[in-house]
Amino acid sequence: MKMVKSLVLAGLLAFSPALGMTQTAFAQDNAASAESAAAPVAEAAAPAAAAPAESAAAPAAAPAEKVAPPPRMKPTEGIGMPMPGEITIQKQFTDTGRQALWMHDWLLLPIITFTSIFVLVLLAWTMYRYRRAANPVPSKTSHNTLIEIIWTVAPVLILLVIAVPSIGLLADQYKPAPKDALTVKVTGYQWYWGYEYPDQGIPEFVSNMLTKEKAAENGEPYLLAPDNRLVLPAGKPIKLIITGADVIHSFAVPSLWVKMDAVPGRLNEKSFTIDKPGVYYGQCSELCGARHGFMPIAIEALPPAQFDQWVLSQGGNPKGKAETPATTAAAAPAGAPAKI
Amino acid sequence: MTTTTANPDDFHGSHAHDDHGDHLPGFFARWFMSTNHKDIGTLYLIFAIIAGIIGGSISGLMRAELAHPGIQYLHAWAQMMDGPDASLDQAYHLWNVLITAHGLIMVFFMVMPAMIGGFGNWFVPIMIGAPDMAFPRMNNISFWLLIPAFVLLLGSTFVPGGTGNGAGTGWTVYAPLSTSGSAGPAVDMAILSLHIAGASSILGAVNFITTIFNMRAPGMTLHKMPLFVWSVLVTAFLLLLALPVLAAAITMLLTDRNFGTTFYDAAGGGDPELYQHLFWFFGHPEVYIMILPGFGIISQIVSTFSRKPVFGYLGMAYAMVAIGVVGFVVWAHHMFTTGMSVNVKMYFTAATMVIAVPTGIKIFSWIATMWGGSMSFKTPMVWAIGFIFMFTVGGVTGVVLANGGVDDVMHDTYYVVAHFHYVLSLGAVFGLFAGFYYWFPKMSGKMYNEFLGQLHFWVFFIGVNLLFFPMHFLGLSGMPRRYPDYPEAFAKWNAVASHGYEIMAVGMLIFFVNLIWSLAAGKKAADNPWGEGATTLEWTLSSPPPFHQFETLPVID
Repeated sequence: MKMVKSLVLAGLLAFSPALGMTQTAFAQDNAASAESAAAPVAEAAAPAAAAPAESAAAPAAAPAEKVAPPPRMKPTEGIGMPMPGEITIQKQFTDTGRQALWMHDWLLLPIITFTSIFVLVLLAWTMYRYRRAANPVPSKTSHNTLIEIIWTVAPVLILLVIAVPSIGLLADQYKPAPKDALTVKVTGYQWYWGYEYPDQGIPEFVSNMLTKEKAAENGEPYLLAPDNRLVLPAGKPIKLIITGADVIHSFAVPSLWVKMDAVPGRLNEKSFTIDKPGVYYGQCSELCGARHGFMPIAIEALPPAQFDQWVLSQGGNPKGKAETPATTAAAAPAGAPAKI
Repeated sequence: MTTTTANPDDFHGSHAHDDHGDHLPGFFARWFMSTNHKDIGTLYLIFAIIAGIIGGSISGLMRAELAHPGIQYLHAWAQMMDGPDASLDQAYHLWNVLITAHGLIMVFFMVMPAMIGGFGNWFVPIMIGAPDMAFPRMNNISFWLLIPAFVLLLGSTFVPGGTGNGAGTGWTVYAPLSTSGSAGPAVDMAILSLHIAGASSILGAVNFITTIFNMRAPGMTLHKMPLFVWSVLVTAFLLLLALPVLAAAITMLLTDRNFGTTFYDAAGGGDPELYQHLFWFFGHPEVYIMILPGFGIISQIVSTFSRKPVFGYLGMAYAMVAIGVVGFVVWAHHMFTTGMSVNVKMYFTAATMVIAVPTGIKIFSWIATMWGGSMSFKTPMVWAIGFIFMFTVGGVTGVVLANGGVDDVMHDTYYVVAHFHYVLSLGAVFGLFAGFYYWFPKMSGKMYNEFLGQLHFWVFFIGVNLLFFPMHFLGLSGMPRRYPDYPEAFAKWNAVASHGYEIMAVGMLIFFVNLIWSLAAGKKAADNPWGEGATTLEWTLSSPPPFHQFETLPVID
């Protein structure tokens, strides 16, 4: 099955020069690195050619042309970003995100709203009924075992109702990623992010915040938009390995329900699958010094085929080490300087 | 009925030379070398008010900057602080200095000194029928240690601390931002400040525990103590157990910074997470240290103005003990996103939610105390009722945050800021104002102005709710904490919050007008201005109480 998929990809790649026409500034920045990446790409494509493929042109075309990255995706208003005046959690695009959102919106929020209103009404009624004018002689009651038991047990039961799905949610969030998950190493620096795709042989590239002018030019929200995005395939399991280089940062993308600290000397893991293609913004969420507020995160989730194209454009091997161990030796040390 | 017939103090009335009651030391000796719990309490309150003005003004700077997207004033302020060629990075650093200072000042130099040092000192000895604290000289040094601590913290703002002047680590002082991430003496000064303030609090805690255990008047059994005394007793134990852990944690910060140790550096076999565990082992009890005395104050006030004894006294007392005990085993819910294992996260989720049970007991018992009572709504009672509702709102958002899986999206966002300001700024601070109005006649001998007191409440109540409620929305839609600037989308609720601050500031102005007016021209307060509901011992004394009270121990039946 995977073989078929890769063949289809190879076919798509054959037509990639057409996409190259729509290069953005981002793609042009990559042009230089794509050149040096051509060699590993050729090796990567070779095994695919050996198979009886309907797209025999692919291996021939791929090495000949520079592989251009897919065009920079435009963000969609209201998806993967906060909305003006919003009072709720952002729309979710992962399974655990939806599960957690459901738990907040349909379990926790009703319970806390009800509790607060219940206490308010009780207070108001007591203040009205037992004001001095209405009740000049106070009662002397200071104990009632039954009611004390009730207001101890009732909260316990409510908390149990919360605890069961809460524990379930945690268990789901910690489900380990499947073996074929795409692994990306995310590193927090003062004050930018670095992304590395070890299995695809894409060395680390960094992601800095766009200036106000540049963000406006791109039609992206200022303070949320970085220059280089973390590009991921939609619909496929992702495993992020998160660490910090200097101080603690936190990799957070609200619309994916992802927040994981980037701690120097530790490798934290976070797994998720993004439902559909899109741009999902986030911001550093652990105080990390002066420019803590100015190291945003953007995930660009591409359809798998376009993702593979992007990997090739970065000089990587879309199939990764696991599937074609023979090629990794060539791909990894090629050291294609994909620094952007 | 009395058991003190053999006590020579019984006859003090006939021995004029034994009667120190009205003999006041000179000004310097009285205020700078004080061993009198009431004078020291007054000093603490004055200190807390000054620190509160500074800490509150800092939050005003923050709300001014955050009123609109973009950097408005920060750069100009940085140029004032660091010189005309201050860079934008120095301005951003100044932001971190502001949030750090606001947090540390409000926690260590406003709420704690006011609650424990101020009201605790003033009323714990009186409420248990003791002439003074157990260790009056230690009481004095507890207070005076706060001065160098505060000076060190304020002074740290003017020395290098990394990118710019001042300690910009947040009040949590997380390593490695506070070690390798902040060169210069500012962070060392802030750490030393915490050390000294911590020592001050430990000494105070020892004093309170000894006083409450050993100096209760005959008949004042533990189970007859007013709930305010119970609250201070539990708080003192929390201080005694939690602060040494903070001291250890920040001592290791100091050695990591200055002597090449690597307790918090993975490269040398340490772990940055170790600091967080130690800090929050202190930090979580710390939030109960700030709120428990408030619980005690509210219990006294609700009972007084309902003219009813507190409902479920034992349940109330042991709910505080339970909160104190459970408060020590929930700390890692502050660290849900640090990459803990799933089992650890499940445990801390469950343990944290348990705290809602004793807290619920307290809320419902306060309402049950009012139920059937004959309530009057004087200023202290209005603040107390405000406390109960606002603390409930802050409490229920705590239940939301307790869920480790849900916390992932809310951690380090404004939702957390809203939550802890509802329990502290609208909880602890409402408790402080309630206590202040409640005991002001006793402490000063003057009545406050009732109209101004009520006006203060309503303006402040509207202000802080406008200020902090929108922060829930900001947090839910994803705005992270500790940001000097934010995307356009967050503009609306930030603007509302900043207007809320303005209203709150007007409320504070009313408070100070009331304070000054009442001290200067307030009506003379009766010994017990609150009537039959006020049953604790302080209302049996004159207003203000004699310099030394209870030279003859009262007997409680």
